[in-house]
Amino acid sequence: MIAKAREITFTIMDAIVDAIVIENLSKTYANGVKAVDGVTLKIKQGEIFGLLGPNGAGKSTTVRMLTTLTAPSGGGAQVAGCDIARDPSGVRARIGYVAQASGVDKWATGRENLALQARLMRVPSAEVESRVTRLLQWVRLEEAAQRIVKTYSGGMKRRLDLAMGLVNDPGVLFLDEPTTGLDPETRAALWSDLIRLRKERNLTVLITTHYLDEADRLCDRLAIIDKGKVVVEGTPAELKALIRGDTVSLEVGEEAPRAVDLLRSVAGVLQTLQDGATVIARVEQGATALPVLITALEKSGVAVRSATLGRPSLDDVYMHHTGHRFTGEAAK
Amino acid sequence: MNAFLSDTRHLLIRHLRTTIRIPIWIAVTIIQPVIWLTLYGQLFRRVVEIPGFGAASYIQFLTPGVVIMTALFGSAWAGMGILEDLTDGVMDRMLATPVSRAALITARVLHASVTVTAQSIIILLFGMALGARIPGGLPGFAAILLMGALLGAGFSALSNGLALVTRREETLIAVINFFGLPLTFMSTAFMAADLMPGWIRRIAGANPVNWAVDASRQAMLGGNWSEVVKTCLMLLGFALVSVWISTQAFRAYRRSS
Ligand SMILES: Nc1ncnc2c1ncn2[C@@H]1O[C@H](COP(=O)(O)OP(=O)(O)OP(=O)(O)O)[C@@H](O)[C@H]1O
Ligand SMILES: [Mg+2]
Repeated sequence: MIAKAREITFTIMDAIVDAIVIENLSKTYANGVKAVDGVTLKIKQGEIFGLLGPNGAGKSTTVRMLTTLTAPSGGGAQVAGCDIARDPSGVRARIGYVAQASGVDKWATGRENLALQARLMRVPSAEVESRVTRLLQWVRLEEAAQRIVKTYSGGMKRRLDLAMGLVNDPGVLFLDEPTTGLDPETRAALWSDLIRLRKERNLTVLITTHYLDEADRLCDRLAIIDKGKVVVEGTPAELKALIRGDTVSLEVGEEAPRAVDLLRSVAGVLQTLQDGATVIARVEQGATALPVLITALEKSGVAVRSATLGRPSLDDVYMHHTGHRFTGEAAK
Repeated sequence: MNAFLSDTRHLLIRHLRTTIRIPIWIAVTIIQPVIWLTLYGQLFRRVVEIPGFGAASYIQFLTPGVVIMTALFGSAWAGMGILEDLTDGVMDRMLATPVSRAALITARVLHASVTVTAQSIIILLFGMALGARIPGGLPGFAAILLMGALLGAGFSALSNGLALVTRREETLIAVINFFGLPLTFMSTAFMAADLMPGWIRRIAGANPVNWAVDASRQAMLGGNWSEVVKTCLMLLGFALVSVWISTQAFRAYRRSS
């Protein structure tokens, strides 16, 4: 009897503590593309959670299912305590969503955009005015507030998007590549604002990004997804610790493909990868392996132009799990 | 219900604001009917002399035709607005809020009715300046506006539905070009029914544009009020069926995205 009661308490506690519970979520589009393939994740209240992955990995599709815009073809999820399939309006009222592509009305002013969003989000009439003003200040758009959005720069539009996502004081905020196209200053400002919101209001944030430094600095935990599946999940530190050893990058020019083959057979090399004119090798002990690797290459006639030695970064974590380099992917 | 009404109101304000901010729209709205009335009024002036045409002056005959034709073309392009919202991400942003889904369509339909009404008033006044008379008086004037608004509501709903199903501007343009003029010419907008070939008259009988043109002419003269009321009800039916079709299209759109 007591055990039973405790079990119930635990499930209730779980529901409160986990802002987002994703179970085996899948999506196959009408054209047969399997965009998301059995994603299972739990994101705690007050957590900033990052979703990383190459183009087409299924990040936006996952976010669109969690924000009730796209119906899953399998599995389910609870967001802010509401089931996305059974209580979509409950979800909508409790979340903020900033889509990958801007969603502002270009024929309305910044202020009008925010005011309408506030109305649609059921913000009490008496509060609309003050909340809009506060948000305009927050995203530094007071000056441009009366101008039509058509005249805004890309970064200004993005900032307005962010303000729109917060107009209902959401408990859970979904940000799909929010900082793409923002200048470094605004990016840094957004990070500190998100961290502040999390601290002050216990806001939960699910953010997708192509910037590893962003994920590293901002996220409490993150998941790397590839081809619709979660390949690894953990705190940035955990993920980096999972990767043994050091990384050695050797610039070898056109000989890179041959150099990769040569390095693969050197003892102590855990993993190799070619990145343009550079070969990257992960080794147990960078300092001792460096001369060994250079000698092995020079002996076979591959000239090494430069060498760098580093601790594994999130980039290496990413490379390890997806088999390609992140920066190269994002630059494409 | 409350949420529906308040959402509809705020969305309608948004659409009207957008319309006012596109100056070219206002220019076209005013200039086009003026051109229709003066050009066609001059071109076909002597048509009334054909035996059996049965109208006092061609401008008298033409004015209600131009009102209804403008209501048709003014509302048939409504789907372009929803396509713009789809490509701009505005629709997604709104669908992620608790906004009433019905309000998203209703506000667009009402917007078409309001703009069509404004256009109708301009055309009627200009027609009167050119010599058209409205013996039907204020009730006649109001009845024409109502029929224009109902027809506009129906065609804007169909246009939105088509836009949501095809999601392509090209399709919408093609369909409007394909059906727009036949709908107009298979009505008594420009030619008296008695002078039409029999088969066109039969098609015209099923054409809401023709219902509206005929009844507008009656309302203008102020004679056959029962016919006007009957047509208003038929146009209301047309509008309701069209709105129902567009809500189904909207449902299909949301399921497939
Ligand atoms: N509406 C759609 N219909 C059909 N296929 C789609 C649709 N949207 C996305 N896809 C496909 O689903 C896969 C996942 O797309 P998704 O947009 O979720 O990726 P992503 O991780 O957000 O990529 P990116 O980093 O480029 O934004 C891709 O193969 C994409 O082509
Ligand atoms: Mg994406």
